[in-house]
Amino acid sequence: MSTKPKDGTDIATGLLLMAAALFFGWQTTGLDIGTSLRMGPGYFPMVLSALLFVLGLLVFLKAFGREGEPFGKVAWRGMAFILPAPVFFGLTVRGLGFVPALFLAALIAAQASHRLKPLHGLVLAVVVTIASTLIFSYGLGLPFRRFGPWLPF
Amino acid sequence: MDLLSNLALGFSVASSLANLAFCLIGVILGTLIGVLPGIGATATIAMLLPITFQLEPVSSLIMLAGIYYGAQYGGSTTAILINMPGESSSAVTAIDGYQMARKGRAGTALATAAIGSFFAGTVATFLVAIFAPPLTTIALKFGAAEYFSLMVMGLVMSVALAHGSVLKALAMVVLGLLLGLVGTDIYTGAPRFTLGITQYADGLNFVALAVGVFGIAEILRNLEDEHDREVMTRNISRLFPTREEFRQMFGPILRGTAVGSLLGILPGGGAILASFASYTVEKKLSKHPEEFGKGALAGVAGPESANNAGAQTSFIPLLTLGIPANPVMALMIGAMIIQGIVPGPNVVSEQPALFWGIIASMWIGNLMLVVLNLPLIGLWVKLLSVPYYILFPIIMAMCSIGVYSVASNTYDLYAVAFFGLLGYLMSKLRCEPAPLLLGFVLGPLLEENLRRAMILSRGDPTTFITRPISATLLLMTAAVLVLVFLPQIRKRRDEVFSESDA
Repeated sequence: MSTKPKDGTDIATGLLLMAAALFFGWQTTGLDIGTSLRMGPGYFPMVLSALLFVLGLLVFLKAFGREGEPFGKVAWRGMAFILPAPVFFGLTVRGLGFVPALFLAALIAAQASHRLKPLHGLVLAVVVTIASTLIFSYGLGLPFRRFGPWLPF
Repeated sequence: MDLLSNLALGFSVASSLANLAFCLIGVILGTLIGVLPGIGATATIAMLLPITFQLEPVSSLIMLAGIYYGAQYGGSTTAILINMPGESSSAVTAIDGYQMARKGRAGTALATAAIGSFFAGTVATFLVAIFAPPLTTIALKFGAAEYFSLMVMGLVMSVALAHGSVLKALAMVVLGLLLGLVGTDIYTGAPRFTLGITQYADGLNFVALAVGVFGIAEILRNLEDEHDREVMTRNISRLFPTREEFRQMFGPILRGTAVGSLLGILPGGGAILASFASYTVEKKLSKHPEEFGKGALAGVAGPESANNAGAQTSFIPLLTLGIPANPVMALMIGAMIIQGIVPGPNVVSEQPALFWGIIASMWIGNLMLVVLNLPLIGLWVKLLSVPYYILFPIIMAMCSIGVYSVASNTYDLYAVAFFGLLGYLMSKLRCEPAPLLLGFVLGPLLEENLRRAMILSRGDPTTFITRPISATLLLMTAAVLVLVFLPQIRKRRDEVFSESDA
């Protein structure tokens, strides 16, 4: 079978948009729609979800019959280390406190590049932590607990 | 004269020692972060936003404005020196600026950008001062229906001016609107789309969305392909342009300022269109159009002026109507709301010191940029040679602290990671983030005004077309949509945008 030209990127975009629309639409089902005079909390979201679905469908349909650009490289390593950094900070900032949580978050983020040597990453994380503590905690006086209740001292 | 006394009030506020200091810090910090490769004005402001929260409202907005100009200037520096525009508005500068740098005229290109920006900024500041007050009186006549129509127009404009597919940009607006609705419904108190997480009852954090979609997505993009950058620093010794070069840049700067000021007022991202439009105009008018793309001075002077003028006049819809014209203005709205100021026509009458102080600080900020940056260019260039892998752990730490400091809500940090992923996915699928952010900010306002308008008209949807202002706005919106989908215009638009990709 001959492969017809199609734009893989836009097919994925269309499908994802439709999926998002269905998700929002499904979440709307529990809400009161109301009337057009007194709109309930579900009215506007439902209209938007429907609109998003139609747009997604159009993107999907238009993807066939033309060649798309290649998808390009994906920063897997970047995603594996950059995205968990703020999550980890969020999980530990209350328990461990600002200083250790920030140090660990910076250390995790530093692993995202294969060009940064482990020792250098460690040094960088220490420097970032000290500088940020001085600037944000002491300098700007943001109300963070520097060391949290999970630590024995 | 009213204007003069108002400006005098503004300058007295903005030139207090403390405010001057904040403006200066803002400009320096903005340039510092903006110079970092690949980080544009939006991401810079999103990251630095939290450090202004502790300040007085006036000081904090003045500092933010300073950060904005600094970041924008930093963006053009990277565009010229390493061909890496942080934002689409400086993409045009990169075309000829980088070529100038390769020919050893980096200093001239940088100076031209600074001089053009300063001139445009001065003119545009006056335009804001002249036109903002009369517009607020019109804005006070706006009812819910007019606001709704105006916002629809802004959103559609942002789609028309976005890079790439119109359909995808529309979808991004709608997705942004939906994300903006997350949280408690204002009329009934019903939670919407919160997935049962009470920490999201107040809605998704705006800073988290901006930092994720603009900042973190940008870092991930840069990590895709780590390679050494070629920094054009060889011949930066001669900064000040010659008399001949001054003569060459004069016309483009004037025209760029005019084009930029006009387009900047349009809701929906005028500054970006302004630089594209100015580039096209200069290329058409030039006696040597073949020089464009190979290092034409006019190709830097025009778009840079237009860009800056547009950036300035985009404060007009923000200050008069409370409607953001672009993602940066959306961030400004976020900052104002956090400071307890409701943006809109009432700001000018209720808080004249704040209103005129911000306008005066725009000019002061621009002046500081020229005075500071021309001598400091050597320092910024050194920053460019800092390897990227050292920068992003620092940026990640700052993002985490910044987002957490907004409301001490750890769920905002999880949202950052989610929006970082979403932003990266969007860039892989070639969807523009700017319409999404604009939709996010306008979502709740749009719904509120729609519902209010329908109640006021007793459920009659014709209210939007029977009220003259609202009807005009909707008509203009429809015209823009038709234009965008017309085959000829579409082709033309693709050409304009593809020039920047070349």
